[in-house]
Amino acid sequence: MEMAWLYGLLGGLLIGTGGAVLLLGTGRIMGASGLIGGLVDGTGSDRGPTLAFLTGLIGAPALFSLGGWAVNTQATSQLWLLILAGLCVGIGTRFANGCTSGHGVCGLSRFSLRGLVATLFYIGAGVVAVSVVRIGVGL
Amino acid sequence: MRAVLSLISGALFGAGLHVSGMADTSRVRGFLDIAGQWDPTLAFVIGGAILPMMLAWRMTRGRAPLAGGSFPARPAQTLDRPLVFGSILFGIGWGLVGLCPGPAIASISYGGWQGAVFLLAMLAGMWAVPPLRRMLDRQTSHA
Repeated sequence: MEMAWLYGLLGGLLIGTGGAVLLLGTGRIMGASGLIGGLVDGTGSDRGPTLAFLTGLIGAPALFSLGGWAVNTQATSQLWLLILAGLCVGIGTRFANGCTSGHGVCGLSRFSLRGLVATLFYIGAGVVAVSVVRIGVGL
Repeated sequence: MRAVLSLISGALFGAGLHVSGMADTSRVRGFLDIAGQWDPTLAFVIGGAILPMMLAWRMTRGRAPLAGGSFPARPAQTLDRPLVFGSILFGIGWGLVGLCPGPAIASISYGGWQGAVFLLAMLAGMWAVPPLRRMLDRQTSHA
């Protein structure tokens, strides 16, 4: 897609505005792994608002798709890879206490050292994983 | 009030993921593929998202959240092993498939079984962390 960077920037501004609404409105940090993880393992508070947040997160892209702006997610169809990667992301983000939205967006924007270190390590590991898969497995 | 604001926030997050192209795993993996055909889009997404959040953090000073309560205290800035090893593990999974938690949830709205399998595995991983933590704590306290 031409002008992908512009769509990226616009989408990013929307994501950040979502984080600002959650923070200034309810005092919570918009970290996807923290919000979902808290629901899954029962450590999270505010179940109702969290479910409302997830409804919006699923609903908005669904509306775009229904409106005719489709996105091809292009995820692999290798079952073992999907399961392995999902486990890594689930376990990793909960141990690290954050993911791209929590450490990346919300952490970096408040100049958090933990956010910066986490972001450097997950991007670094992601670069290695992509290279290994592309060269080694040829996916 | 809290639920309505959370719904709006989630919808903005989801719309942003859709518009930015970050629901497309090939874009995310393209960003991480610095040795191949590098796609810088994700850098613009993160940069764009940080701007309103920087403003928001600034606006928390001397205020309380709109719906009551208080703002989260700045966590202790300790760099520990869970942070580093957890982030490495997360990065591996992220690179393998190109999904992180936000887009994994949003991916349900696009249909397709791949996102659902990834999401289920991710939820299982999250669910397993508290017992895993207890196990690791027990081992380190014995050592």
